[in-house]
Amino acid sequence: MGFAADFAGIFLGGVAAGTVLFIVSVGLSVTMGLMGFVNLAHGAFAMFGGYLIVLAMNRAHFGFAAALALGFVATAALSALLERFFYRRLYRAGELDQVLFTIGLIFIFMAATIIVVGPESQTLQLPPQLEGQLNLGLVEYRTYSIFLIVVGLIIALGIWLVFERTRIGAQIRATVDNRNMAESLGINVDRLFTITFAFGSGMAGLGGGLGAEFLGLDPQYALKYLVYFLIAVSVGGLGSVLGVYYASLLLGVLDFALKLYLPKGGTIFIYALAILILLWRPQGLFGGKVT
Amino acid sequence: MTAITARSEPEIVAASLDHPAALALINRHRWRWWETLPWLAAIAFYFAFPDYLGFGTELLITILFALSLDLALGYAGIITLGHAAFFGTGAYTVGLLAFHGIWTEPITSLLIAAAVAGAVGLLSGFVLLRTRGLTLLMLTICTMALLEQAANMAHEYTGGFDGLPSLPIAAVFGYFEFNPLYPNTQFLYTLGVVLVCFLFLRTLIYSPFGQSLTGIRENVLRMHAVGSPVKRRLIICYAISAAIAGIAGALWAQTNEYVNLSVLSLDRAATVLIILILGGYGRLYGAFLGAVAYLALEHFLARIYPTAWQLGLGLLLVAIALFARNGILGLVDGLWRRLRPRRAAR
Repeated sequence: MGFAADFAGIFLGGVAAGTVLFIVSVGLSVTMGLMGFVNLAHGAFAMFGGYLIVLAMNRAHFGFAAALALGFVATAALSALLERFFYRRLYRAGELDQVLFTIGLIFIFMAATIIVVGPESQTLQLPPQLEGQLNLGLVEYRTYSIFLIVVGLIIALGIWLVFERTRIGAQIRATVDNRNMAESLGINVDRLFTITFAFGSGMAGLGGGLGAEFLGLDPQYALKYLVYFLIAVSVGGLGSVLGVYYASLLLGVLDFALKLYLPKGGTIFIYALAILILLWRPQGLFGGKVT
Repeated sequence: MTAITARSEPEIVAASLDHPAALALINRHRWRWWETLPWLAAIAFYFAFPDYLGFGTELLITILFALSLDLALGYAGIITLGHAAFFGTGAYTVGLLAFHGIWTEPITSLLIAAAVAGAVGLLSGFVLLRTRGLTLLMLTICTMALLEQAANMAHEYTGGFDGLPSLPIAAVFGYFEFNPLYPNTQFLYTLGVVLVCFLFLRTLIYSPFGQSLTGIRENVLRMHAVGSPVKRRLIICYAISAAIAGIAGALWAQTNEYVNLSVLSLDRAATVLIILILGGYGRLYGAFLGAVAYLALEHFLARIYPTAWQLGLGLLLVAIALFARNGILGLVDGLWRRLRPRRAAR
């Protein structure tokens, strides 16, 4: 019984962490797959949204749901502006210029956060309904983790449905496959880019807020978890929503288990696994084409 | 048959030397007068700023590290964000040898570090260079993170997070001791090593091998079509670049007399990339300008206003990516062309 409970604990905790990773990374996967843009500043959008959500709750006394909505909308709006005025100019530039630009954005976001809010880390105060334990019949587990898992499942399913069953989803898939062809068929690729970029960044902001409870939130956030976001995206496969979902859950569970059993340097296995998967399938587990 | 060619070859060479194309090729790698300036400046720095020799040593090591990256990224076009893997390998090679009392002689230690880092570069290049773009970028980051975690895990030997303090480094040539308070020896020793490495790199880049690297960067398909062994060239280039980065790391460990996990961090890899792009990549001297500009600003600004430094650096990087794609040297080049339009037109 003890072993089964341990196992369930690791599994649920890891899946909850992986879910947050998914919510943050899914936008990165779509924008990288769609625009071929190496957006290292994606973590900065997550940080921006996370700060907005936490500050709205702690200082302006927003409810949890209202704060999450605010975080999503504000991050999406900010990123749409940045996309229209800056990112767009670099779509046809080399990867190096994109890397340089987005590293610069990370520094600006980090410094701005310190100047506006301060260098100390922020804590998220959960609403009382989401605190405590939930009895699942076989095991008891933290209510918030279960809540996260359910939310992630709904989001993954929703995005997948939009991708596979709607007109805009079909346009996105067509543009990922062949941008020039899609453009000549009359798809407004520029508008599509702005919409998906804003949506993906908004999701990142949402993920930043949802994950603040156990990832923490401080000005270093944008850099600290960047490698994890990138691994989730590249292992899952660029532009593949389900791929990122599975890769994120795998990464979450592995990380949770390794930190528990091998606290010193156990993450080495995550990097080794990522390298092996990328060598075996350079396009990622569920990616269609090599970029 | 052999006699004819032996006699006619110098004649052909002599006749073709007048040809404008031949002259252009010869002149391209001729040593220009201004190429002596950085080295004169380094010697002048030694006499003018005796209190800043520690900073000067760090600057020289950063230049060498950026030069090694320039070979892989600027010339061969290998997009990597994990070059600190080799810097750290070199640093830990020296650190482990010295700390455990196996080998402390500095120059041979440098050679060992270069060999170990070069071997890691050869091996990882052999495996990683089959991929391109984002996948390659991720693989280089992951390889570096893997080495960092390995160094963290093997804390019985590497000291883990705390690193290896107070390394015993023998005197250079058995005579010139490293003194942490007066780093005169460190500075001159580093200057000598950097000069030798630079001359090697400069020769390599202007050699046919170096030219083929530029060809691979500009048009891989055409290089395949003319029968150039693209992958082998890239792997060799990556290994050489890794060996030189290893020398830079080894110098860092020797002159600081300690090693810690920071030598393998993403931070270090990103910083050297920023420095190279800031100065201008694929241009040899971009590494010099970038390192001087970045370290001077960091040294004097970051200690006083760390947040403002971060903000300023961010704005600078964004501005460079948007408006000055080729860094400081690119700007200088553009100005030069605008000032001398007639020569450019001819």
